[in-house]
Amino acid sequence: MSAPRPYANSHDRGQGHGPGHGPRDADGHRDAPPPDGGHGHGSRRGYVIGFLLSAVLTAIPFWLVMTGAIASVQTTAIIVVALAFVQIIVHTFFFLHLNPRAEGGWTLLAFIFTVIIIAIVIAGSLWIMFHLNSNMMPMDGMGM
Amino acid sequence: MTSHSPTVEEANGTAGADAAPPLFYQTEADHHDHSSGGTMLGFWIYLMSDALIFATLFATYGVLSTSYAGGPAPSQIFDLSLVALNTAMLLISSITCGMAMIAMEQGNVRGTQLWLAITGLFGAAFIGIELYEFAELIHEGATPMRSAFLSGFFTLVGTHGLHVFSGLIWIVVMVIQLGQRGLIIENRRRLMCLSMFWHLLDVVWIGVFTFVYLLGVLR
Repeated sequence: MSAPRPYANSHDRGQGHGPGHGPRDADGHRDAPPPDGGHGHGSRRGYVIGFLLSAVLTAIPFWLVMTGAIASVQTTAIIVVALAFVQIIVHTFFFLHLNPRAEGGWTLLAFIFTVIIIAIVIAGSLWIMFHLNSNMMPMDGMGM
Repeated sequence: MTSHSPTVEEANGTAGADAAPPLFYQTEADHHDHSSGGTMLGFWIYLMSDALIFATLFATYGVLSTSYAGGPAPSQIFDLSLVALNTAMLLISSITCGMAMIAMEQGNVRGTQLWLAITGLFGAAFIGIELYEFAELIHEGATPMRSAFLSGFFTLVGTHGLHVFSGLIWIVVMVIQLGQRGLIIENRRRLMCLSMFWHLLDVVWIGVFTFVYLLGVLR
């Protein structure tokens, strides 16, 4: 009876990684997917809602820029960027199925970390190079 | 990990006929409905690192986006209707990819293959339109060598295009593998990775059409 111990342990560990425990269930019987697989990989409804939202969030910025519906360029730009962020969030949740429960929260943590790094890299680069450019401007003019 | 699980299961069948081990199974299974375990998390981290690559390319493009060197500006060379068409292609391919995943969930091999093929066709249309756009630009003299802005543009958009192309190869491989082996557990895992990869490319494209094309034309 000492044998089951290690097995139980490795079992416990294996479960964390166990490649597609859900899918394995689904292999066996057809009625498995609806209960847990259904909301694990997204339902048809989830994809359709995500797609419709995404289509609207794509159409509006293109329409704004192509028709010039709003006179102010700055206002248009702000709306376009805001809609892009909303759309990225829509895609992340409806298509990539990011949620706090998946993989014990590690995917969400990795995602937040990545978002922070992306923000630092992009905002930092633009900020630094903008100041560098404006500081170099007089010299640039003289050099030319 | 795949090689690990069967032994565990086997061990269960032979030695662990007691009630204890299945208990682990049940509790964990309820929480991990998305579990392909290590592979899915690892692939997710790959996707995040891929996102970082694009972040650096976006940052580079952002810094260089006004360095025209006397060459053409975005509003002179970008054709928004073409970009809108391209965006539609990628967006539609995203939902057809989702349909493939749903067909997979239902254990429908033919349906999965069909939706994957449709996804691939839209992806190929995207690549085709993008190549056409690039060819037009180069024809007009807006080559990557013309200005820093154009270098940044071709690098960013080209890298995204290369990713989509890799996705197309992956789709073809998966359609063939599904034909040979059906929806075995390995193929399901691969399909889940493929779907995540494809959706991430769509997310990156949102950034491209917003920051490169729309804001470029506005400027």
